[in-house]
Amino acid sequence: MAAQAAAQEPLFAERGARWRISWQRALLLTPSVLILTLFFIAGVFADLLSAYDPEKIVLIERLTPPALQEGGSWAHPLGTDNLGRDILSRVMYGARVSLLVVAICIPSSALIGTLAGLIAGWRLGWWDKILMRLVDIQLALPAILFALLIAVVFGASLRNVILIIIVFTWSSYARLVRADVLSLREQEYVIAAQSSGASDKRILFRHIFPNLLNTIVIMATLEVPQVILIEAALSFLNIGVAPGTPSWGAMISEGRNFMTIAWWPIWMPGIAILLVSLTGNLMGDWLRDVLDPRLRNVR
Amino acid sequence: MGGANFWAILGSRLLQGLLVVFLVVSIVFLVSRGARDPVEYLTTDETTEEEKQLLREQLGLSGPLAEQYGRFLLDAVQLDLGNSFISDRPAMDEVAGRSVKTLQLGLAALIFSLVLGLPLGIIAALRRASPTDWFARLLAVLGQATPNFWLGLMLIFFFSVQLGWLPTGGSGSFKHIILPTVTLGLLSCAAAMRLTRSGMIDVMGTDFVRTARAKGLRESTIISRHALRHALLPVATILGIQVGRLIAGSVIVEQVFAWPGVGRLMLHTITVGDFPVLLAGILVISAAIVIANILVDLSYPIIDPRIRAGAR
Repeated sequence: MAAQAAAQEPLFAERGARWRISWQRALLLTPSVLILTLFFIAGVFADLLSAYDPEKIVLIERLTPPALQEGGSWAHPLGTDNLGRDILSRVMYGARVSLLVVAICIPSSALIGTLAGLIAGWRLGWWDKILMRLVDIQLALPAILFALLIAVVFGASLRNVILIIIVFTWSSYARLVRADVLSLREQEYVIAAQSSGASDKRILFRHIFPNLLNTIVIMATLEVPQVILIEAALSFLNIGVAPGTPSWGAMISEGRNFMTIAWWPIWMPGIAILLVSLTGNLMGDWLRDVLDPRLRNVR
Repeated sequence: MGGANFWAILGSRLLQGLLVVFLVVSIVFLVSRGARDPVEYLTTDETTEEEKQLLREQLGLSGPLAEQYGRFLLDAVQLDLGNSFISDRPAMDEVAGRSVKTLQLGLAALIFSLVLGLPLGIIAALRRASPTDWFARLLAVLGQATPNFWLGLMLIFFFSVQLGWLPTGGSGSFKHIILPTVTLGLLSCAAAMRLTRSGMIDVMGTDFVRTARAKGLRESTIISRHALRHALLPVATILGIQVGRLIAGSVIVEQVFAWPGVGRLMLHTITVGDFPVLLAGILVISAAIVIANILVDLSYPIIDPRIRAGAR
């Protein structure tokens, strides 16, 4: 069956054919792209777009409901929090924190993980043993606890959060890259390159690395929502950004105490996290299906 | 598969696991002691240097770091991690009582995720594009994307504050465990559902299922005897990772629901600087994760006769 189907397909698929998407997919992807773009713009231009200083306390306006609810006004479309700070502005500045974390963590952990996976999968032996033990250590030590320890010992700061996230995410790239390298090194073209005397560096970067790109891109996309969720969780536990800094997790943590009298301070940042993480996941799933469906079970 | 082979593999896995637990505890020990004097957490600015020195000697914090570490390791081998700085009870006892609570919550969440995730995945795969399938896929996407602390707060908001059906937190009765279980288990449930669904879809298209159909077997027999076993393999594969995730997730969920487990204890001990209890907790947590992973690895040959443990 499979062989028949393969035979019927043209030998050289039309360039770009695999990027064509069904209408169901388009129905999900179009809003996803829009939402992600919106958050990107909101984060990057937060200082230009927001009408208020996100940290300015106006006690007289505290817990103003959102515009559409009775008692709310368009001056604060999403309402204000317990200290009278404008929630829309805070959500926008919160997007900036998330963007910053993503922009630093994803490339760093992808780079470290890829290098580690390449070395372990190619050199094997001790390199491989050490890498696999490092991965085991990470799996056996909950990131949240370690993050809290670091926060207590070295102080809570965005820099520490970023470092911790990198320490706890590089290994997922390393595991996948290592597995790919293990199978690629047995390929005939790699053996041919080896026997024709190509250096390790050349083989790794000319012959093996290009074949890993799909895996790394898919993994990085799927990691974006994860990284945002970790940052939010750390900020929720007050071990993320410095107190007062608008971060989605910290906003939820503050709004929690007023949950029974005001719903919006925890709903608004919560919805922001949910939307970004949801759309990020949808994008990642789509990329995976297009580029490499066999990665379906990586998480 | 020879019996001796099995024991050799179990032995080497246990040794590796022991090494990992040792390294994890060492890292936490060195970070917690090395970076700052623990006495600083326990004293105020007005404490005199003599009093601090006295406290250090009482708590076994005097001497160079290497010496402290050596002493700690000697005691730790005998599972004696010292006494709590705060309550002066053995640290292991403090953790043991709380571990039961976390185990309850973790098991409840695991059962919840499998009881809901597996059948939903199977039905979704058998009736693709049906309303059940759409519901299952929506659940999978949402479960993956929702931050657990926010979900917990939302559940408290609806079921405790608005409806008044369930308590907002604490533990004691069956009612107390429902919301934490759902909050903690949803992510695992989504993963189990997704894997079961995709596994079932793959397996229903294979030759052996077609053969079973051609033999005239009943559909229920085909599913339960032939397809399901195959489809559940990936679920078993991620079970080990899920245990780690559940333990990590329980730290936050316990905090949200004031559930008196190890995770909440850990958060507390770190903030007050009660390091013996912290290390005891880390020891228990990392050992639990390592053991869970070994158990999952060893169970592959039972679930899938094609895999021989020796071949790995």
